[in-house]
Amino acid sequence: MDFDLSLLLDIASGISFAIGAFFLLVGSFGMIRMPDFFARLHAAGVVDTLGVEFLLLGMLFQAGLTIVAVKLLLIGLFIFLTSPTGTHAVAHAAYVAGLRPQSSKKPSKSKQKKGA
Amino acid sequence: MMMVFAAAAAAIAISMLMVLIRLFAGPTLYDRVLALNTFGTMTVLMIGILGFLTERPEFLDIALLYALINFVGTIAILKFLRYRDLGQEGKEAGSEGDA
Repeated sequence: MDFDLSLLLDIASGISFAIGAFFLLVGSFGMIRMPDFFARLHAAGVVDTLGVEFLLLGMLFQAGLTIVAVKLLLIGLFIFLTSPTGTHAVAHAAYVAGLRPQSSKKPSKSKQKKGA
Repeated sequence: MMMVFAAAAAAIAISMLMVLIRLFAGPTLYDRVLALNTFGTMTVLMIGILGFLTERPEFLDIALLYALINFVGTIAILKFLRYRDLGQEGKEAGSEGDA
């Protein structure tokens, strides 16, 4: 039974690349077109989670069981951990500095809090 | 398979250009920081794809390092923007000389 595994891996890799590239393009297009800073954070989240992880998955199918796959998994783990942390830090810094969402009822002024 | 890698690299390049537009045109400072963070993440992907495209996936070491430096750089920029200081005066005496 001649079962071609490499062709199957190529197909899986191509599908992953297609999905990842789609989310990457959608996210970066949203970063241009979104009207507000906090809406742009939402678009950046699409790039950082789905786009990056699907592209790394596509590379992982091509790597095989080597040290390259371990490196790809480490990159995926680091981005999966650090990207929400960085996005939260940017959002918190903007909120503390007085930036408010566009649909917010309150006027956009800086609020003085002592702990945070 | 090279065509698939080239297509993925082209998609990443177009996305990087669109993020660069936001980085240069961002109305607030935090838009620029966010665009810089996303640009760094895409650079990690670009290094990995180029490593596979040239059939030398050992380039992934550089991508791993770039992912870490990108995160630390974003946090450092935000800390500097908020405190106007990176906290040099708080270091312990005797650890090292004044840099």
